[in-house]
Amino acid sequence: MSGEPSAGRRFWHPSLVVGLAGAGFFVLLGLVSLVWTPYPIAAIDIAGRFAGPGPAHWLGTDIFGRDLLSLVMAGTMTSFLVAAAATAIGMAAGVPLGLAAASWGGPVEWLVLRLSDFLFAFPALIVAVLLSTLFGPGAANAMIAVGLFNIPVFARVARGGALGLRNRDFVAAARLAGLGHGAIAIRHLLPNIASLLIVQATIQLSLGILAEAGLSYVGLGTQPPATSLGLMLKDAQSLFLLHPWLAVVPGLAIVLIVVCLNLAGDGLSDHLDPRLRRLGAPRVAA
Amino acid sequence: MRRVSLLDVHDLTVSLGGRALIENVGFSVARGERFGLIGESGSGKTMTALAIAGLLPAGAAASGQVLFDGTPMPRAEAALARFRGKRIGMVFQEPMTALNPLMRAGAQIAEAIALNRAEIHDHRSVIALLREVGLEPRHARRYPHQLSGGQRQRVMIAMALASEPDLLIADEPTSALDLVAQRTILELIAGICDRRGTALLFISHDLRAVAALCTRVMVIRGGRVIEEGLTPHVFGQPRHPYTQRLVAAARPDPRPPGARPTGETLLEVRRLTRRFSQPGPLLLPGAAFVAVSEVSFSLAAGESVGLVGPSGCGKTTLARMVVGLDRASAGDMVFDGTTHRGSDLPQALRRDLSLVFQDPFGSFDPRLTVGDSIAQPLRLLPALSEAERHRRLVDSVEVVGLSRDVLERLPHEFSGGQRQRLAIARALVTRPRLVVLDEPVSALDLSIRGEVLELLARLRVDFGLAYLLISHDLEIVGHVCDRVLVMDKGEIVEAGPPVELFAAPKHELTRALLDARLPPV
Repeated sequence: MSGEPSAGRRFWHPSLVVGLAGAGFFVLLGLVSLVWTPYPIAAIDIAGRFAGPGPAHWLGTDIFGRDLLSLVMAGTMTSFLVAAAATAIGMAAGVPLGLAAASWGGPVEWLVLRLSDFLFAFPALIVAVLLSTLFGPGAANAMIAVGLFNIPVFARVARGGALGLRNRDFVAAARLAGLGHGAIAIRHLLPNIASLLIVQATIQLSLGILAEAGLSYVGLGTQPPATSLGLMLKDAQSLFLLHPWLAVVPGLAIVLIVVCLNLAGDGLSDHLDPRLRRLGAPRVAA
Repeated sequence: MRRVSLLDVHDLTVSLGGRALIENVGFSVARGERFGLIGESGSGKTMTALAIAGLLPAGAAASGQVLFDGTPMPRAEAALARFRGKRIGMVFQEPMTALNPLMRAGAQIAEAIALNRAEIHDHRSVIALLREVGLEPRHARRYPHQLSGGQRQRVMIAMALASEPDLLIADEPTSALDLVAQRTILELIAGICDRRGTALLFISHDLRAVAALCTRVMVIRGGRVIEEGLTPHVFGQPRHPYTQRLVAAARPDPRPPGARPTGETLLEVRRLTRRFSQPGPLLLPGAAFVAVSEVSFSLAAGESVGLVGPSGCGKTTLARMVVGLDRASAGDMVFDGTTHRGSDLPQALRRDLSLVFQDPFGSFDPRLTVGDSIAQPLRLLPALSEAERHRRLVDSVEVVGLSRDVLERLPHEFSGGQRQRLAIARALVTRPRLVVLDEPVSALDLSIRGEVLELLARLRVDFGLAYLLISHDLEIVGHVCDRVLVMDKGEIVEAGPPVELFAAPKHELTRALLDARLPPV
């Protein structure tokens, strides 16, 4: 403990490296699927179904003889796309709301907090059920459902971070310089809470992947012939006792992605935590 | 023949991340002796204390020897903790963060007793400790936020005394307190050491506090010992130039020539009041807290007015209203002929007013370059061309004695004194007529204070500035101001030129403030 040099600030946190590398690998896998997969994911080959892993099909084939590796690649892409879009929706709407709440305070803050309470009260699943009843199931609706769920999360993180900064002297100095609340929020508050938001985004990304899997599993997310990891799990469910491998592959992919993203989030928050950073700063030696 | 001293430090070297913070520091403290460690920010004085107590931050490597009562400190963590708890008491600088905000004061003292004495603590010893540090039994029921800064520091001292330590380490115990509280805490520490025969390691940048308390002192700078000896010798005939500088800075220098006020009224404050609503029982609004109560005064162009008072008397609230950061609940202000109530100060007038904040570390956005921060108030002068803006920027940093290349750098690259210069540069960039200075030097080391005050005096002459200087330190105010207002509990209780006020104080607070001044070294 004390033997470890804290000059290690220059090195990256190990869980950050592992997490980012793992998550990066899956993102790459998904991106490759856009231009190339070993087999087309819609190529049905009933004769070759339930093949185990082998040289022709690295991860084997499913009930319709589709190549499992190709499906995992495409499914990862869908999962990431849904989770990333949902995170983007959450940030785009939540961060401005949170900053506005912290900057203006009073009735604005009350409104934002009540709105986020309201959104919190509806889990993504309920929203997805609602949306698919109205507009039919699909990946886009899953994005919106999970995205709505992300809005209050980001609003709260942004507000919390900004509240800590609001009473700092440099914010008062900016007000004396004639900047309005909005300008202060963009110029001073947002850059200073960016690291908090990045960490939260990583965590929401992993939750989004889980949520997408859950929605697809109950049939409210991605629809065939497109595929996602959750959809693959759903297809494998009825065959689980006969062919457990079909469920293990997408299940393991989900677990690995989520673990990697959480590791990356943990590592990032350690990496960016100003309290740890301050150790090396001259103020400690005062 | 060496007598066995209580604390013996030999060749202590501490490094963090490959950088040596203290190097080959050695000294000894005899039983019952009061030893002072003097150094400025970053000199390694706190590190020395932490190394002695075995509380170095993770990652710091220490070498050398620390002997306590002739034996080395235990190595094992648990034994060290037990040893530290029994033999060493520590008092830190910031009592608000050193106390647990969710525990009553009495419970925290009781915990310190329970941890350090094997027998079960009883209520009486908590009370006895409270009495010893000058608090009353009723204070045991209070939470830290319900105590004043001085009272919190007393609770800290009571906790440090709970184990009846042989050595009391006090690390800048008074620098977060106002003058009156500082004086009483110093007297309290001196009294305790005399009564109990406890040795004291007193760490401070304030030569006067050290001189008042300690019999022997050591000066360190950049982690190295500069000078050591008996207090009257070191302060009377300092050998090292650095010590000579420190001693000179601690002696009040004659008043620098100030600009004469022009007589024309620049700011008039009329029955200004600021109330803060407080939550009462059962969600009902409670009685409002009156921070500033019907304050009236006026300030002429070019005049320098000091506002003095203890912590929490409403000085800062008043300043925030004057510069337009806060809105008055009642009353108004006339600035340059325009009546306003604070935050409704017209945009066109804001260029004539600026504020220098107390904490030079919090007043710059850590993510903006210093140049960007200083240029911000120039938004109030939209008519300036790009070239003129740049000139203003360069002028303002050069006028405070810094070179123009600092503009590209980030705030964390500067020391406290340099940041305060930059804060003054930012306050001057719009060429204001009134600068409000909120404790402009209290966060700075003593040796830099003189420089900054001199700078302020020079700028006032050069630019014909009017100052409203807020401070709890009468001496600083006496040097810079033409007139002094004494404030207590939101009201101005006495006013007058510093010479008259100091010669014949009428209000008891003024007298208390005057009495609290430490004797010069």
